[in-house]
Amino acid sequence: MDFRKAGLRETEYEEIKRVLGREPNECELRIMGVMWSEHCSYKSTKHLLKLFPNEGERVVLGPGENAGIVDLGEGLGAAFKVESHNHPSAVAPYQGAATGVGGIIRDILALGARPVASLDGLFFGDPERARTRTLASGIVHGVGGYGNAVGVPTVGGKTVYDPCYNENPLLNAFCIGLIPLDEIVSSRTARPGQAVVLLGSKTGRDGIAGAAFASVELSEDNKASRPSIQIGDPFAEKLLIEACLEMKEKKLIVSMQDMGAAGIISSSSEVAAKSGVGMILHFDKVPLRAENMEPWEIALSESQERMLLIVDRPRLSEVMKIAEKWELDCAEFGETVEGDEYTILFHGERAASLPATLIGDRCPQIHWPSRRPADLEARWTFDVEDIPLPQDWNEALLSLLSSPSLASKESIYEHYDSMVQLNTVVGPGHPVNMLRIKGRDSLIAMTLDADPWKCSLDPFRGGAETVARSVRDLAVSGARAAGLTDCLNFPSPEVPEQYWVLEECVKGMAEACAAFNCPVVSGNVSLYNESPEGAILPTPVVGTVGIVPSTDATLSSGSWEEGDVLFLVGPCNPSLGGSRYLLSQGRLEGRPLPFSPEAEKDFVERALKTASSKAAHSGRAISGGGLAAALAKESMESGVGAAAAVPVPTRKDVFLFGEGGARALYAVPMSRVPLFKTLWSGYPCIPVGRAGGDSLSVEGAFSLPVAKLLTKWRGR
Amino acid sequence: METHLLPGRRGGREVIHRVSIFIELQEGVLDIQGKAVERSLVSLGHETLRSVKVGKYIQVWVEGESAEAARREAERMCDDLLVNGVIEQFRIEVEGE
Amino acid sequence: MNTAVVVFPGSNCDQDVMHAVAETLGTKVRAVWHRETALPADTDLVILPGGFSFGDYLRCGAMAARSPIMKAVAAHGKRGGLLLGICNGFQILTESELLPGALLPNRTLDFICRPCFLRVENVSNPFTANFSKGQCVQFPIAHGDGLYTLPESELKTLEERGGVVFRYCSPDGQAEDESNPNGSANNIAGIVNEGGNILGLMPHPERASDPLLGGADGRVFWRSLFDAYRKGGR
Repeated sequence: MDFRKAGLRETEYEEIKRVLGREPNECELRIMGVMWSEHCSYKSTKHLLKLFPNEGERVVLGPGENAGIVDLGEGLGAAFKVESHNHPSAVAPYQGAATGVGGIIRDILALGARPVASLDGLFFGDPERARTRTLASGIVHGVGGYGNAVGVPTVGGKTVYDPCYNENPLLNAFCIGLIPLDEIVSSRTARPGQAVVLLGSKTGRDGIAGAAFASVELSEDNKASRPSIQIGDPFAEKLLIEACLEMKEKKLIVSMQDMGAAGIISSSSEVAAKSGVGMILHFDKVPLRAENMEPWEIALSESQERMLLIVDRPRLSEVMKIAEKWELDCAEFGETVEGDEYTILFHGERAASLPATLIGDRCPQIHWPSRRPADLEARWTFDVEDIPLPQDWNEALLSLLSSPSLASKESIYEHYDSMVQLNTVVGPGHPVNMLRIKGRDSLIAMTLDADPWKCSLDPFRGGAETVARSVRDLAVSGARAAGLTDCLNFPSPEVPEQYWVLEECVKGMAEACAAFNCPVVSGNVSLYNESPEGAILPTPVVGTVGIVPSTDATLSSGSWEEGDVLFLVGPCNPSLGGSRYLLSQGRLEGRPLPFSPEAEKDFVERALKTASSKAAHSGRAISGGGLAAALAKESMESGVGAAAAVPVPTRKDVFLFGEGGARALYAVPMSRVPLFKTLWSGYPCIPVGRAGGDSLSVEGAFSLPVAKLLTKWRGR
Repeated sequence: METHLLPGRRGGREVIHRVSIFIELQEGVLDIQGKAVERSLVSLGHETLRSVKVGKYIQVWVEGESAEAARREAERMCDDLLVNGVIEQFRIEVEGE
Repeated sequence: MNTAVVVFPGSNCDQDVMHAVAETLGTKVRAVWHRETALPADTDLVILPGGFSFGDYLRCGAMAARSPIMKAVAAHGKRGGLLLGICNGFQILTESELLPGALLPNRTLDFICRPCFLRVENVSNPFTANFSKGQCVQFPIAHGDGLYTLPESELKTLEERGGVVFRYCSPDGQAEDESNPNGSANNIAGIVNEGGNILGLMPHPERASDPLLGGADGRVFWRSLFDAYRKGGR
């Protein structure tokens, strides 16, 4: 078989031959082709990901594991990760989304953690297009259909619309789980002489070579790609969750791995390589549900709802009993051995024999050429004088609020069960989502964020801003960011300008992470998100997790009360460059503000103190849509209007719609104003108005009844 | 074809019958799916459409001495589980009958 | 009052219910696996929790209703024991014919999860005795198949005998179509049997049992059961 047909590059083929000391057979070629695809090996980005800081005092487990874990204190850890399922969602939106959710849940489960919440990152094209509506509907129903049935609440997310996603929708699924630190199941603890066990659904031909599919651009005729789609069964996954956790409680599991991309081969070789053991697998013992499957098909199948377990022989019967109770297939199909050899036997024949470490780890890195886009400065050229002030301020605000990316997402999240498991303190529709931890005072705060437009204008600044936005949101709510997980959604790295953008985004994100002491504990990369219609904007997504010591130390959004003084903290010179306001006029230009580490860190400390000392009734960090959007959202959520004014000589539209920098809008009761001013003394802080009445008005700009804002924003 | 044919339980040379069970909502029960499908088809231009009913189609492969025996067994399955007598009705077709 | 919560493969609100009851009442709550053939001997209240038992495959609650434990659950209900079905549990009770009617897919054909106002119509049963008639309470809903249906004549009988316990309503207590989230006949959200000991409802009282999570009307519901149990030994 030609190595190219297996998806291998010449250098990769040569490296395999060199290590093996012989020609690989067809089964081995197919296996290596998938395991060394971009999706599985991260060959184009591994060296870039090393730029992320991944250590910190709360980091228990960093990148390279099933998920990252941060210490929540008192012996409890939070495991979390975000993963993309973009290409499958473009071809079969419901199942692509469903299996994306299922896959990330299993990653969390593989550490022995109970999945407690999900967030969904959705990136759709132009909503006027029928195709976008079809894709969006399928994806949303897939997220809900799977998440609701499996009993993991979807408590928040991020939904973005832009024409660049027309044929390349993105689905980033984030999941978080809880695990006592002394019960973490590792993939490094297998020893020779143990049993390799497959638990879960039978293996079929689903998604064969799907991992390689994720690394290929979508062709004109994506109907032909259909056989590669996996089908998800949330009922089976719920049984799998309960069975695995029961086995973990009884300490029956030595090591565990979820079967996602490249199923059996990926999970088993990873455990082998990380534990430093070899494996002999008998593929004829794998429970199958399709006929005449070849060894390479069994190896690469992406049938869902399966886990790989390493079990001590004496405890196998107990494992089987639990599997039987939950009516899951459970089969011992191999053993761990000394050494590094990974062998697949099939009906007495040796189908493949490769070093375990070669399969998952030693793919030659690719350093694609990188070139700064020639038109970068041109994009930044932006004269604010070119932008006319709004003719009708009210229309301008309403239009911004009803723009697809800013409008209420209630029609999406009301399809998600956000309450199951009884931990949701702040659910969907808020800047930060919060979970309580039963039996404790502390809460977990989370947010999912992205800003592809700023990333496309200035990748370094955009990457930093993406991280900064999430950390600011958490700080205003009272949570200190403990760690984040990232998903890098980008087009092809083989175009030098696009590769440069990827590099710069990562560098910007890394700088912000370092400044905030917020390490990257896990993550995912999805490249080749483009089609003949075009490439997506650079879309790094971050899922940031923080901890609040008690409900007392939280500050909610949307809690204005009559008479509160409204304060804007932060620089008064934001930028319209890359702002939602300009975008809503069809313009993507300007240069986002630079990342100022000292100011950002200062902001975080003061925001945390504001929350813990209860110096305000309500707070919201300024992000998409600028101060105007923040005023409107606070007002709508509170049900209270405001009388505000622009107290500085800055152009009104820049002041109201500009974005960038560490800024927030607070509503402070009269009695707490002196305390508030003290907490923010030394940082830009100006009063901008008072809350009250049933209209939101800014002198010389807009004035609208709150009820009208709500109707337009909710679209119903 | 991926079917889960169980091994013969009673030994012997029983014939396997394929039985088709068509389940639909009883008259008078609100068929929301049917209505939704009807609206979609009409909006796609199917002007001759008058009505849509959405139901279920279940196939069971049953060992039996005769088609009649297989039919009776299928009816018992409907009573036991497959059909909710409060809101559904059904009819059966045995292959080869 | 000892509570048994039945767990089916796919149930996902069982632990929530156990937590809410234990937290509110401090009484003993036990999980019972669907394959058991008997309930614990001293069981006073049996709860069938929400979730997607058997994946909601074939029909919601259809296979769960035929689980081994259901014989014992039915016997408990038939001899007057307290039996509560929440959401999927309500579906299981109708499939078991322990309550009349059936639950169809929501008229929007979509799953919906949101807070929900309910009017308490009947307080002459142990579940709602601690509420007042006509009181407006808030329990969240989260379901895709909550449209309660019953043939016209049976519906009349149900209403006349006071079998409707909860009705979907507006925040100020109006049971109009606008406040009906799923198209249920007569805005019916929960019903009780003639004996007053078997209640099925689509909304989730266990999700309204903690002010931190958005509401505590559920606590009145659990207390009501406990007080009735203590009074009448039912």
